[in-house]
Amino acid sequence: MPDMTKTETPAAEAPVAPAAPVDPKNAEKARSLWGDAWADLRRNPYFVVSSVLILILLTISAFPSLFTSVDPTKGDLVNHFLSKPELAKVGSPEWLGYDGQGRSVYARLIYGTRASIIVAVCVTLIVTVIGSLTGMIAGYFGGVTDAIMSRLTDIFFGIPFLLGSMVVLQAFTKRTVWTVVFALAFLGWTQINRVMRGAVITVKQADYVHAAKALGAGTPRILFRHILPNAMAPVIVVSTIALGGYVSAEATLSYLGLGLASPTISWGVDISAGAAQIRVAEHILFYPSIMLSLTVLAFIMLGEAVRNALDPKLR
Amino acid sequence: MGRYVARRLLQMIPVFFGTTLLIFMMVYSLPGDPVAGLFGDKGTDPATLAKLRHEYGLDLPILQQYWNYISNILFHFDFGQQIRSGREITDVLGSAFPVTLRLALLAFTIEIVLGLALGIVAGLKAGKLADNLILVLTLLIISVPVFVLGFIVKTVFAFQLGWIAPNVSNDETWGELIAPAIVLGSLSLAYVARLTRTSMAENLRADYVRTAVAKGLPKRRVIGVHLMRNSMIPVVTFLGTDIGALMGGAVVTEGIFNVKGVGGLIYESIIRREGLTVVGVVTVLVVVYLIASLLVDLLYAVMDPRIRYA
Repeated sequence: MPDMTKTETPAAEAPVAPAAPVDPKNAEKARSLWGDAWADLRRNPYFVVSSVLILILLTISAFPSLFTSVDPTKGDLVNHFLSKPELAKVGSPEWLGYDGQGRSVYARLIYGTRASIIVAVCVTLIVTVIGSLTGMIAGYFGGVTDAIMSRLTDIFFGIPFLLGSMVVLQAFTKRTVWTVVFALAFLGWTQINRVMRGAVITVKQADYVHAAKALGAGTPRILFRHILPNAMAPVIVVSTIALGGYVSAEATLSYLGLGLASPTISWGVDISAGAAQIRVAEHILFYPSIMLSLTVLAFIMLGEAVRNALDPKLR
Repeated sequence: MGRYVARRLLQMIPVFFGTTLLIFMMVYSLPGDPVAGLFGDKGTDPATLAKLRHEYGLDLPILQQYWNYISNILFHFDFGQQIRSGREITDVLGSAFPVTLRLALLAFTIEIVLGLALGIVAGLKAGKLADNLILVLTLLIISVPVFVLGFIVKTVFAFQLGWIAPNVSNDETWGELIAPAIVLGSLSLAYVARLTRTSMAENLRADYVRTAVAKGLPKRRVIGVHLMRNSMIPVVTFLGTDIGALMGGAVVTEGIFNVKGVGGLIYESIIRREGLTVVGVVTVLVVVYLIASLLVDLLYAVMDPRIRYA
């Protein structure tokens, strides 16, 4: 084995060396993990479809008034789906019909996007930062630090996620987007922590880490310049997929009546309202469910695409 | 192996106390007072309140309360009683748990059988049409939240086709539980399929598979014994941690199909601030979770002979 590497190394390097002066930037990029991944991603139909979907969703949540001029809170009982059943069908004057209070289902879909996106993105950011930091510390220092931190993580991990979030939410009398963010982040960080810890344990054995240490680099520098960029890949994948899960979790909590509540407009709130009327009109529940599922799908597909790009051996 | 189990059991002790203390503190930091709640809007005089609070031990410092609570469970198997109804919580749990257990068992079976089957097919045909179809199917299942799927199943099969009753009766027969079990297990089913697929596809190229093929073993045996055994590790890990998720999902599923199990009990207890009931349920779940994760780790050694515990 040692002989093979000896003969192979110069051979492998030889063709690269003359190419380097021609276009040094490209040559270097093509060989880095992220450069490779990006080249892969652009050709992946899942990535293209999901990013377009996510861009559309982000635009809707940032500028809902671009997509509808109807006020989502304005109810007019003349338009109640029971008094005018034809209004509950697609193609009715206001697109997707009206709900039990004569409000436009379409306008509520558009305005409900923001709550879902804000909750999911904020929870993911918070959870990723907390989980990465704690995971990095546990993985890098090992020993007693790791034992204590891992048991602490176990404690939070042991509480079922949805049940725990329900209890946390009950602590707030006024429920806003931020209380839901807090409740989901409170127990959500453990997953990222474990992924990061595992990745750091693998990465810290690498030669460049030993080299950096030997050159006298300080611990923060080693952690953030050498270990973090190389351990980030699995965390990003898990975070992206988890983002879809948080969209779903927010809707579930709101559906249970514990998350967001009217007058906040969210898909979960509308689904909850629609559930009560499911026998007489399915559309109130149906359309927000489709939007919700599409959003979750978009983020999960993005995560899958990124995973495939970063870990080619999975294909 | 014995030493490993002993060490794991010892590690479980702080986690058990930590988790139960955490949920205990979470529940007790909730606003609202279950004792004051007994008297409705009118309330009662402070002296009676103080007396009742003293009777329930609610005036003690939180750590003292926690210790009284947990030592009663550990030494007397006494979970306390619900303040509002006065029922023993062990009774309440005893009537709710068997129902959810059956629901979860059914869901678990469905997710293992279907999930593994889909995953194996996809893994063996990696990159082919079957693999892509299963990929799309599992992506769709993962994207549809449990409660949406519940309503779809209910609308289609109960209201439109009339194949199932919309609500599960109080007898909770196995047949009635199938629809809610499919809904409850669907998400995990998709994950099981994907994990199986990934690890099968990866291990197909492993040296020991090549060796097994080279030895001239029949395909059945290569796939069934050599490949499967090693590919199951991530799947088993997932199944081990899935129990908590199943119980959490039960809140939603049981609500939709009107099953009188733990899910509904937790939901009601959280809404009504029956702290002791919430903590009791979660304590049981934590114990189940800890045991499951220990079993998972022990199973590793059975499945992959390269893993040895000292």
